[in-house]
Parts: sequence; C-alpha cells; structure tokens
Amino acid sequence: MRINCPLCGERDRREFYYMGAADYLDRPAEGDLDGIHKYLHIRENPAGVTRDLWHHEAGCSSWLVIERNTSTHEIHSVTLASEVAK
Amino acid sequence: MIELVAKSPAEGLLPKTIGTLTLSEVTPTIHSIAPLKGARLKDFPDVGKSAPYKGGTLIWSARGQYMLLDAPTPKIKAAITDQSDAWTSVTLTGDRAQALLARLCPLDTAKMAPGDVARSLIGHMSAIIIRQDAGFQIMVFRAFARTLVHEMTDAMTALAARQNIPDTSGL
Ligand SMILES: [Zn+2]
Repeated sequence: MRINCPLCGERDRREFYYMGAADYLDRPAEGDLDGIHKYLHIRENPAGVTRDLWHHEAGCSSWLVIERNTSTHEIHSVTLASEVAK
Repeated sequence: MIELVAKSPAEGLLPKTIGTLTLSEVTPTIHSIAPLKGARLKDFPDVGKSAPYKGGTLIWSARGQYMLLDAPTPKIKAAITDQSDAWTSVTLTGDRAQALLARLCPLDTAKMAPGDVARSLIGHMSAIIIRQDAGFQIMVFRAFARTLVHEMTDAMTALAARQNIPDTSGL
C-alpha cells in the first residue's frame, strides 16, 4: 500500500501511522455532552468509503485526511488535515 | 576536577570501507529552525530541497521545520534550537550507494538529484536523507549511532558478498 503525501509524494505505508477516524476534526461545542460522547465513542464501521486521519510519522510529520475504501483498498484522496480543518 | 571528554556520536565506529562503499562520520553544526507564522522565509528551500545558506546548507527537514548545517542562524521570526549534539550524521560514498539504500530505506533514492532531501526511514529509524554529488548524507537521532552503523555496515557486507556471486538467473 502506498499513500501519496501532498508534501512528500508517494510513500510506503510503513512511513505512516493510523490516527483514527476523521471525526476527530469536528470537535463538539463545549458542554454538549451528547456531542462529546459521540465524538469520543461512536464510530461508523462502513464496508466502503471511509475517512481517516493518518500521520506521516516517518516523513514530513503532517497529519492527513485520507478517504479510502475498506472493501477495495482504493485510496480516493489524501489531503493535509490543516487544509480540511481550516 | 573532572575533565569531560567530548565525543562524536559515532566515535570509534567509523569510517568503514566495505566493498565499493565507504561510510564516514561528519559533524556539522546543526540548528533546527521552525519559522513562526508570518516569518519571511527568504532563500529558504522548498519541500524536499536544500539550498546553500551563508556558507553552509539549509535543508527542509519536515513540515514547518528546517535544519541549518554549518552556518550562523538567521534573524527571522522562528523557534531556533542548537541540535549539533543531537544527531548522528554519516556520509555514504562509492559505487552502488543506491543499491545499498534499497536494502534499508523504502524510498527510491535513484530518483533523488543532488541537493534533494527526504524524510524517511533507515531500517526502523526516522532519518533525514540528503542526496549529495558524491553520495548521500544520512542523519538519525544521536542515540541511534551504533544501530545506524550496525545496520549500514551489515548491509554493506551483504551487498559486497553478492557482488562475488555469479549471476546465473538468466535475467
Ligand atoms: Zn509527508
């Protein structure tokens, strides 16, 4: 598996570390207990397209949002998390 | 009075020549430069590049981070730390340096031009890899000096051994 880092280019999977669902970018409002519960614990587990956070740990150290397909292993897009979370 | 002795990270381990390759230690002064928001980065290299800088070399080393080798630090809005003692730096020179790195690094280093810089792995160690005219400079954290020398000289030995085996694969 290869991931095309927007900064470094196409790199081997072993340079990256999985950091959880991209839901982590959408912080709930302070005091929204239900929202915080969902933010921390409730995850979709789709057979299909999903969005994750990955860290280019052994590369440029960017956090990335990766849209990929859990059934086909296709990677649809790789975006800097800083662009997504602007 | 205790007399402290300064030692380079790979002191006593290098240089080593095995087959066509030579691994040597270099000890540049190293400053990490992390520009703050709004800093004017005149003459700073692009991602994956290096540039001559005030008699030394400025390399891109990660997202928002540069390493200045062998040069006085610039006066810009940046977090600057002296990391001269924090890294082990080696140079790999000689024929088949790329074949050697193919055994240790997930990058295709043949695609790197002189001055190109990559952040990647040597074995399991996070490394800065700089393509030079005569080979490669490789930097890992200081504590990995012995592991780096071990991994690289092991691979050099294996590569040299292979060169003496006739190729009967017919490929
Ligand atoms: Zn990267």
